Amino acid sequence: MTDAAIVLRARDICRAFPGVQALDGVQLTLRAGEVHALMGQNGAGKSTLIRILTGVYQPDAGNIELLDRAVAPRSPLHAQQLGISAVHQESHLLPNLSVAENICAGRYPRKPWTRGGGIDWRETRRRAHELLARLGIDIDVDQLAGGLPAALQQLAAVARAVAGDARVLILDEPTSSLDADEVRALFALIRKLRDQGVAILFVTHFLDQVYEICDRITVLRNGRFVGEYACAKLDAPGLVAAMVGRELAGTSGAVTHARPEGAASPALSARNIARRGQLRAMDVEIRPGEILGVAGLLGSGRTELARLLFGLDPRDSGDIEIDGKTARLEQPADAVLLGLGFCPEDRKHSGIVAELSVRENIALALQARMGLRKFLDPAAQRALAEKLVAALGIRTPGIEAPIGQLSGGNQQKAIIARWLATHPRVLILDEPTRGIDVAAKQELMNEIRALANGGTAVLFISAEIDEVVRVSDRILVLRDRAKAGELPGGAGEDAVYSLIVAS
Amino acid sequence: MRRLSRHALFWPLATLALLLLLNSCFNPAFLALSWRDGHLYGHLIDILKNAAPLMVVALGMTLVIAVRGLDISVGAVVAIAAAVATLLTGGSFNAGGEVASEHPLWLALGAALLVAAACGLWNGVLVVKAGMQPIVATLILMVAGRGIAQLLTGGQIITVYYPPFFAIGSGFLAGLPIALWIAAGLWGVLHLALSRSALGLFIRAIGGNPEAARVAGVRSAAITLCVYTFCGLAAGVAGLIVSSNVKSADANNAGQLFELDAILAVTLGGTALTGGRFTLAGTVVGALIIQTLTSTIYSLGVPPEVNLVVKAALVFAVMLLQSAEFRSLFTRRAAADSGAPR
Repeated sequence: MTDAAIVLRARDICRAFPGVQALDGVQLTLRAGEVHALMGQNGAGKSTLIRILTGVYQPDAGNIELLDRAVAPRSPLHAQQLGISAVHQESHLLPNLSVAENICAGRYPRKPWTRGGGIDWRETRRRAHELLARLGIDIDVDQLAGGLPAALQQLAAVARAVAGDARVLILDEPTSSLDADEVRALFALIRKLRDQGVAILFVTHFLDQVYEICDRITVLRNGRFVGEYACAKLDAPGLVAAMVGRELAGTSGAVTHARPEGAASPALSARNIARRGQLRAMDVEIRPGEILGVAGLLGSGRTELARLLFGLDPRDSGDIEIDGKTARLEQPADAVLLGLGFCPEDRKHSGIVAELSVRENIALALQARMGLRKFLDPAAQRALAEKLVAALGIRTPGIEAPIGQLSGGNQQKAIIARWLATHPRVLILDEPTRGIDVAAKQELMNEIRALANGGTAVLFISAEIDEVVRVSDRILVLRDRAKAGELPGGAGEDAVYSLIVAS
Repeated sequence: MRRLSRHALFWPLATLALLLLLNSCFNPAFLALSWRDGHLYGHLIDILKNAAPLMVVALGMTLVIAVRGLDISVGAVVAIAAAVATLLTGGSFNAGGEVASEHPLWLALGAALLVAAACGLWNGVLVVKAGMQPIVATLILMVAGRGIAQLLTGGQIITVYYPPFFAIGSGFLAGLPIALWIAAGLWGVLHLALSRSALGLFIRAIGGNPEAARVAGVRSAAITLCVYTFCGLAAGVAGLIVSSNVKSADANNAGQLFELDAILAVTLGGTALTGGRFTLAGTVVGALIIQTLTSTIYSLGVPPEVNLVVKAALVFAVMLLQSAEFRSLFTRRAAADSGAPR
């Protein structure tokens, strides 16, 4: 073994769910003072493993040792008491409490009984302040957590996780909603904790981040343990091959650009659309068969633009034309009738209806477009769902399974299937690749290109500039809620960055 | 057996069967049916007849709860509809000793239903357009509705003398109570509307995730408005049955606590109060459970002063029986005892 002390060792972990063997003999070894990446495609079993380590699920077989002592976390609270803490993708701070209250929640210091025995708020603030200072995080502990930007909430969530003297810190896709600067701040914090001897498990879909911060990698595939590697000994293509189980062709290659005819009249044309505090007046045009990429930093107005175009938020000014006709576009139902589709950024909150089946989720938008009386009967819904599940390669126990049981990437594909079913004129995709593994990402990009080649106008929004550059026929760059400029397809990432940062 | 017990209606039906069994232990003639005066006669028929208004109200409530709403004004709407119907029907003896109605019966019934639907629409507007919490929005009409009903009746109990009006609540058709036919008809219409049109999918989508349903192009606001309006209409139908059955309208007491019984019936039937998951058949069974409970209390010969306590205890027992968590306490122990592998 290596010199670093082993903090946590999980052996032969198995866990089955109805119809799925989620984990089958998985190993994981975490060492003090190391950052360990847990990699795998969607549905590989990463989430299940994390839930077992944090006591949400109990394993069917296998054992966990923490500092050479067998443990069996019964609940997240029990796991925390044992010294295993986790921070999830969306930070779980209570927005209506202050930062100090959040950090000390569940372990508030008490006043001595001679002074009433109540919660000692001064001590609470002092402890929170001290903890943040020690970790080098600059946040006012009296501020409401809900008022903090996502990135600072994430840092505060990490601070809370380690406040109880954690030996193991699990970070589940902590960077997926952060931009480059924010990721840097988070990594600085992770390094600090690592140097203090915490064993860190880091889950991400960003390969470059793995190589930036991790020391070791454990790869899972289809619930099975593939191997544990030292970062230095496994390069990115090797890692992808381990995750996918085969060499992936064209991961970084450009998607073929089928240039649309320049003369075609726009499928969607918006003039002067604006909304106070959200988006400054701008024009947008997308032609049939064209992919218009939208690039910009977090808060640049990317999502706001999509919401205005789809009628999710009312606009203060501006007209929208679909196929040359002025559109009365005041609510999403209008947009759907006009042939628009929209995959929202926040899949869980505004994409899936978790309790409904994959079939019903896929049929929903088409049915909404057809209205109440023209009914897609269950047989027609089944045929539609079967076809799209096969076409997009959605991994599901069956089309009648609740969509909430699918992994994130497959949920995303199902939402795209929902819109494909309506044969949209214009499809707006807001961060469709977020939280999706590399292989699925590539499939998705190909799917989007095929859709455009079929004549659909696509608005493609992504925080990852390289993705936008790769897939787009034209790139719209946003900065500070306004249009910073437009670039032709094939423009390099540098050109996009220079527009983003120009002032 | 395992598969059977997984069915959504298994536990509600089991509860109902248990209650009926309990009754027949105390009263061997309980399950007996006979043919008298051209219709079926017996305790079971009484239960079906008396449960009809609750079934009707609870069916409307089921849909409201399915779209994450709640309507606690249904009791007051029952009173308003009863007041309107009885006032417009009235009845007086004419010269020939025949009873004539104040207005044509169809007008009286139609007006009552229209007013009830308007009450539902009002609730819907408060929830959808004004963005109020459903419980607060419908609390307004719950309180104000009784006042409106009393204003209509001038604080009096309005008595009806026009016989055709009595048929709704106490008449029989093809051997079964007309009230039961009305409830069954309403259930049938709803069932068809939900399974033969997209309404069922839309309601479950709105209840499951309102924002996602809106993004997918579902006209959530319009559908929610319709659902509240329908709930008001259903309460109006119940108001007709109730007032016809007692041949009068009492603005103070008609439909008293119906809202709670209806919510209880919906819950007992297996509909999730959090929205999304709902079952019409379960609600009907839930209403029957509640009515059977009431009969049980009578057949046990419980003195009136402890009546409510016994009902509370029975409701508590029924809820425990229906709680999957509670039942799992026993199944887990049984599994552990038999040493079955997990």
